[in-house]
Amino acid sequence: MALSCVLEPALSGFNFENSTRNIVLENGSEEGKIKAPKPMKTGTTIAGVVYKDGVVLGADTRATSDEVVADKMCAKIHYIAPNIYCCGAGTAADTEKTTEMLSSNLTIFSMNSGRNPRVVMAVNILQDMLFRYRGMIGAHLILGGVDCTGSHLYTVGPYGSMDKVPYLAMGSGNLPAMGILEDRFKANMDLEEAKSLVSDAIHAGIMSDLGSGNNIDLCVITKEGVDYIRPHKESPFNYKRQAKYKYKPGTTPVLTKTVTQVELELLDETVQMMETAGSS
Amino acid sequence: MEKQHSYSQVKGVSTGTTILAVKFNGGVIIGSDSRASMGESYVSSKTINKLIQVHDRIFCCIAGSLADAQAVTKMAKFQLSFHSIQMESPPLVKAAASIMRELCYSNKEELQAGFITAGWDRKKGPQIYVVSLGGMLLSQPFTIGGSGSTYIYGYVDAKFKPDMSLEEAKQFSINALALAMGRDNVSGGVVHLVVITEPGVKHIVVPGDKLPKFHDE
Repeated sequence: MALSCVLEPALSGFNFENSTRNIVLENGSEEGKIKAPKPMKTGTTIAGVVYKDGVVLGADTRATSDEVVADKMCAKIHYIAPNIYCCGAGTAADTEKTTEMLSSNLTIFSMNSGRNPRVVMAVNILQDMLFRYRGMIGAHLILGGVDCTGSHLYTVGPYGSMDKVPYLAMGSGNLPAMGILEDRFKANMDLEEAKSLVSDAIHAGIMSDLGSGNNIDLCVITKEGVDYIRPHKESPFNYKRQAKYKYKPGTTPVLTKTVTQVELELLDETVQMMETAGSS
Repeated sequence: MEKQHSYSQVKGVSTGTTILAVKFNGGVIIGSDSRASMGESYVSSKTINKLIQVHDRIFCCIAGSLADAQAVTKMAKFQLSFHSIQMESPPLVKAAASIMRELCYSNKEELQAGFITAGWDRKKGPQIYVVSLGGMLLSQPFTIGGSGSTYIYGYVDAKFKPDMSLEEAKQFSINALALAMGRDNVSGGVVHLVVITEPGVKHIVVPGDKLPKFHDE
């Protein structure tokens, strides 16, 4: 841990300070109960599959804010390391920041130790961090990567539980996606089969879940490198705007114009000398 | 063994489960099912590993919240490894169980996980310790745990014999787990067994269709 955690030094033992504070806050002060803020979910379908030469990760690209689609081309497959990528479901901000923090820690580790990070290391760091926050960080993650020990796919839950799996789907669309994966998954598939399986699983999620939609992104990770296909399949329902929303200058007529001079008085003037390195 | 009532209140992934450990002549068998559930109706994993190796000849089976159990066993593994380096000898099973008990008792308000620690050491041979939800530590010749254990208390009480052979103990464990998995909806999947003896550790998997059937028409 000394090699990688510059941003977050690991505390020894369990630290449950925040849970007592949370209970006090929720049980309310004199004015009334303070409700814990409801985390915003992305409503997502993400899936991952281990195949013959590596790992294929897939995700939809819709981010919702209650009933409105906030982002039609949201990127849910996050970079962790050159050989490790992570799909995130749950609270959008949490998955984004957690994966960024993980990626920074692993980069520092690589620089300090001269070694490429292993997928299991990423999983351990995530597990430690999410457990410490007792489920308050709503990040449901599927981590996939290829390292010197082989191709791996892991899932990490928001409470800090982890599981090593050959295939998995997460997010609000996970039930239909799991149906496709359970039906067609085979060990040691080849690339085209694996890509079409993940793509079909995400597609099932998109069709059967209101919170998932738009395009399908795929990320293929092998020993040789990463192929981030964004988008792999575009939604056939892309709506083209019927009219322009930009107006020419002069569209709104100007009726009157008044100019008011504002008088400013100079009260105080100070000069601060800056230390500069000698310039040529 | 205390009944664990709180499975409906476990947040996140729960291992509503059946776990057991049995001492036999020369070693210990520790076993579990492989189902992890979320809420009362979704099986989040059919193949979860509940037999966690904390040292060369010491294993822990976990029940309760998966996140809590994994965190505690990780911490225990680290502390046990450190302890064993300091003592320059393999740790005692009692030491492993003590570490788990310390973690469970000091954090009893926040954690929801119970364990069975079993293994072999040079001092006392095969041993089984139970660390329950609140941090109680008990040594027993055989023990069962998890939500599915309630259905097999009668069976194990009737069928256990001290000093069984390896084959008898294996059959005893497989039967007990199959009976529990047949009646408890949150236990299921395959049966994982680990046989721990002085020469080594052997992992046996019995798939669901190879389990013994008891009037299962």
